[in-house]
Amino acid sequence: MLTCKDASHLLSESQERQLSPRERWGLRLHLWMCVSCRRLERQLAFMHRAMRSLRRRAESEANAAELPVAARERIRRALREGQGQSRD
Amino acid sequence: MSSSGLDEHRLSSPETWLDQHGDALYRYALLRLRDPHRAEDVVQETLLAALVARERFSGVASVRTWLIGILKHKVMDQFRLQVREVPLDDPAQVPERDDPTDEGDFAPSGSWRERLSDWGNPEEMAERGEFIAFLQRCLDGLPRRLAQLYWLREVMEEDTETICEEMAITPNNLWTMLHRARLGLRRCLDRTWLNGLGHGGK
Repeated sequence: MLTCKDASHLLSESQERQLSPRERWGLRLHLWMCVSCRRLERQLAFMHRAMRSLRRRAESEANAAELPVAARERIRRALREGQGQSRD
Repeated sequence: MSSSGLDEHRLSSPETWLDQHGDALYRYALLRLRDPHRAEDVVQETLLAALVARERFSGVASVRTWLIGILKHKVMDQFRLQVREVPLDDPAQVPERDDPTDEGDFAPSGSWRERLSDWGNPEEMAERGEFIAFLQRCLDGLPRRLAQLYWLREVMEEDTETICEEMAITPNNLWTMLHRARLGLRRCLDRTWLNGLGHGGK
């Protein structure tokens, strides 16, 4: 018999890999009996979908960013030094 | 000047890489590492590595593609450094009980300590609340290595094989970490976002 902890692992792993028929059956049986794990299943699915919004937001933030001037100059100096060394 | 002459000229002056591709490299790194300083550092490492390796640049790919290819590995090196704070190869070394994200969810019998609350129709609630801000805060509240792996896998949708290969961890390690991250996030959302919306009923 699966515990809730086992079931939570399988629910999470089902987002990573195909569960075996035996695992699927065990999980289905457990979910049928356990209201908390049924809620977990729905909450995990919701969180998974929500990650797309998070990605869009992170992308628009990153796309608005520019390499800061100070960092740019630091890198420029490092490149000049590196070039000098490679010529020696 | 012929176009190939122009390419050679560009290749021989790494400072033009910085001018032409610096922002693109920085954005790529920032999106994944979510830390401006680390992002700046990997851009610098990338350009220096490109400088050393420029003879090996075949010219088949564009300079940008070539640089991004180098950057990818530098970004993964950063992830590896952070994820390796705890040895992952040996599951026994990952102290499940000591990990704050696992504390409290399950009784020793493996049952939930408390019945999970009903989130109702979270999609509808997410439209009203400041959901994304809560989500971001909860993610930031996870132990750093968990947050990084979760970000890479779930937000950047990097595939499992690439992550395992680059991090030198087994799929089982990765799944355990992702499971912990998911439960940690779930609990945090339950405590902060749901409570704020006046839900969280049993």
